[in-house]
Amino acid sequence: MSKNQEFVKFDKVDKSYDGKVLVVKDLNLDIAEGEFITMLGPSGSGKTTCLMMLAGFETPTNGEIFLDKNPISNIPPHKRGIGMVFQNYALFPHMTVYENLAFPLKVRKINKDDIDKKVDKALSMVSLSGFENRMPGQLSGGQQQRVAVARALVFDPQVVLMDEPLGALDKNLRESMQYEIKHIHESIGVTVVYVTHDQSEALTMSNRIAVFNDGKVQQLSSPDKLYEEPVNSFVAEFIGENNTFAGEVTNFQKDQCKVKLSNGSEIIANPISVNSNGDRTTVSLRPERALINTKNKMDNNFKGKIEEIIYHGDHTRVRIDLLGNKEFILKVPNSSANMDIKMGNEINVSWNSHDARALDPK
Amino acid sequence: MSSETGKILTTDGIPLEVSLKKAERKNKIKAFLLVAPLLLFLLITYIFPIGDMLMRSVDDKMVTEMLPKTFKSMEKWDGNEMPPEEVFEAFYLDFQKLVEEKRDGKLSTQLNYTKNGFKSILKKLRRKAKNFEEGNYKEQIMAVHKRWADVEYWRAIKRRAPAFTSAKYLKGMDMYKNEEGEIVSVEEDRRIHRVLWLRTLEIAFFVTLLCFLMAYPIAHLLATLPMKYSNLLMICVLLPFWTSLLVRTASWMILLQQQGVVNDFFVMIGLVADDNRPEMMYNKTGTYVAMTQILLPFMVLPLYSVMKTISPSLMRAGKSLGGTPFVTFWKVYFPLTIPGIGAGCLLVFILAIGYYITPALVGGASGTLISNQIAFHMKSTLDWSFASAMGLMLLAGVLAIYWVYNKLVGIDNIKLG
Repeated sequence: MSKNQEFVKFDKVDKSYDGKVLVVKDLNLDIAEGEFITMLGPSGSGKTTCLMMLAGFETPTNGEIFLDKNPISNIPPHKRGIGMVFQNYALFPHMTVYENLAFPLKVRKINKDDIDKKVDKALSMVSLSGFENRMPGQLSGGQQQRVAVARALVFDPQVVLMDEPLGALDKNLRESMQYEIKHIHESIGVTVVYVTHDQSEALTMSNRIAVFNDGKVQQLSSPDKLYEEPVNSFVAEFIGENNTFAGEVTNFQKDQCKVKLSNGSEIIANPISVNSNGDRTTVSLRPERALINTKNKMDNNFKGKIEEIIYHGDHTRVRIDLLGNKEFILKVPNSSANMDIKMGNEINVSWNSHDARALDPK
Repeated sequence: MSSETGKILTTDGIPLEVSLKKAERKNKIKAFLLVAPLLLFLLITYIFPIGDMLMRSVDDKMVTEMLPKTFKSMEKWDGNEMPPEEVFEAFYLDFQKLVEEKRDGKLSTQLNYTKNGFKSILKKLRRKAKNFEEGNYKEQIMAVHKRWADVEYWRAIKRRAPAFTSAKYLKGMDMYKNEEGEIVSVEEDRRIHRVLWLRTLEIAFFVTLLCFLMAYPIAHLLATLPMKYSNLLMICVLLPFWTSLLVRTASWMILLQQQGVVNDFFVMIGLVADDNRPEMMYNKTGTYVAMTQILLPFMVLPLYSVMKTISPSLMRAGKSLGGTPFVTFWKVYFPLTIPGIGAGCLLVFILAIGYYITPALVGGASGTLISNQIAFHMKSTLDWSFASAMGLMLLAGVLAIYWVYNKLVGIDNIKLG
């Protein structure tokens, strides 16, 4: 069976609440069947609004959303058959766990035996069998979250939306829940649209990530591509750590360019969104791609002075003053070869020009 | 281990409980001193008066104290035949004492309450008793008036022997103890209180219902509107609170009277003929309209405070799970507002059941409540013990409602704010 590549389709969707500001601008997004897609972005970037439009709690100001090729703007939320997990779980506090899970089945007039079976199955999926008669208030945050996930899945919806579902959990629980949700997705193959502002959550869980900023999708690609090959400086800044140099393109070629920095030195970079000499640019370089005292041959080699050392156990973060950038961060693995890292020392820093991406100026 | 010995000691070797008590005593005293003025105030202005009311409503000592010897001698009398000579003698002595102290008038009033006809025969007895000879009082008294020879009148006196009586409570229910000591209802055309009780319950019930029906949407709106609109709406709800009750009731009188604003409007739009203006005041309609408006905030506020805590995502969750708006409202939203409904209804019902000013002003004859009757006895007939009895019956009714509510919904399931 071939998967529908346009199972959910946002087609030129605009959204404004007050008629003055567009919170979502010209959104075009295709979500494939069975995909786990994450909308990632800072707060106020329009990602939750997109989710609410898909769920039916907000109407697009312009454009149309299609679910399995059918326009859904005029379908009320309760007829869309989309499951949703809310940020604060939104479990019905006056109902037991069983009643919470049975709610979507009862309103669909499913008979009692089938309800029992489905509730059983959903609860065992989130490993909460035996909790049927508890009230939500008697459960821990993680358990409530799992009930909420089970409830969103129990009626076999085509799409499940999750609105920062792990935001209220502590770090350890959040990580184990990430895996749990990922495994549930893999085992039942439902389409998941997940909203978060936590980039590590997005990177761990998703097939694809849509990075939102300012009402627009900045980049839509797989987690590794997003991290390795950000297409603009917002994405580079937002995903993972990032060292930047602002400068001007001097020697533009198709696969390589030189960038002249404000202190006069030149670095070699990979031209991504610059087109000609004289363009302003921000060069982005991941901390782990810059090496110190390396024997490998690399085309960028500079000397920097160590300003700060932060010990992290398995690695050490070193802040150095390099080419006028006092915030240049290096990640040095904890090994006996790197014992000479001391405050004030000068060290050699090298990187490949391919990893230094010349993006749009900030 | 210390837990095995049953006593945990502090580092200094003092038992932990003692140490804790010592440490907390100061705080407890401080806390008590803070509430002491209020406690004292409540004791003086609330608990004592209620106790006093209770005493007054059952108190029947007056006659008991006026005829001590008579009642003592009556103890042995079974009440079937005429009492023996010693009762007559005791009664004569008691009566003479009252005449000397000029308190015989009060006795005649009191005995007349019990049985009509005492007033004249006591007056006659007083006149004739001056010339009584010593001994054989039975014959002398019986000769004063033929009623003194009637055993019914002596039984009536004996009925006043106990220092406590339930007569006032029975009277409040239009009942009395007849001469045989049975509890019976008064004649149909004299039953005024039962009608009033029923009307009070009916008006309180419907006012509560009307308040609920009107307050629920308002409270929902208040809880869901954005702040700037909800504040304005809240002021509109609270505005009546800031106006004197009397002024509000008076303004209803201006609105509802036959030549009033509402009737003028009806005539203007041609709903009613000018010579056929409906009476909207001095009857139940007036009481309903004015009381509902006045008590509405008491329903809105508890509902609002409960609705404010219900997360809008619950309704969204209900809808996203496939519940139609109505099903979601009924299965999710409504059950969560029950604490507010309970609080609001209880509050409004209890206030309505004892409402006084509004029904007194706009109720007329058919719109007055039991509280107006209580006030009438307090101010006009000065039968305070009867007023107290009815007041206590009202209080008992309220407590009964509270008890039923506790059984049905649970009092911890109530949220006033």
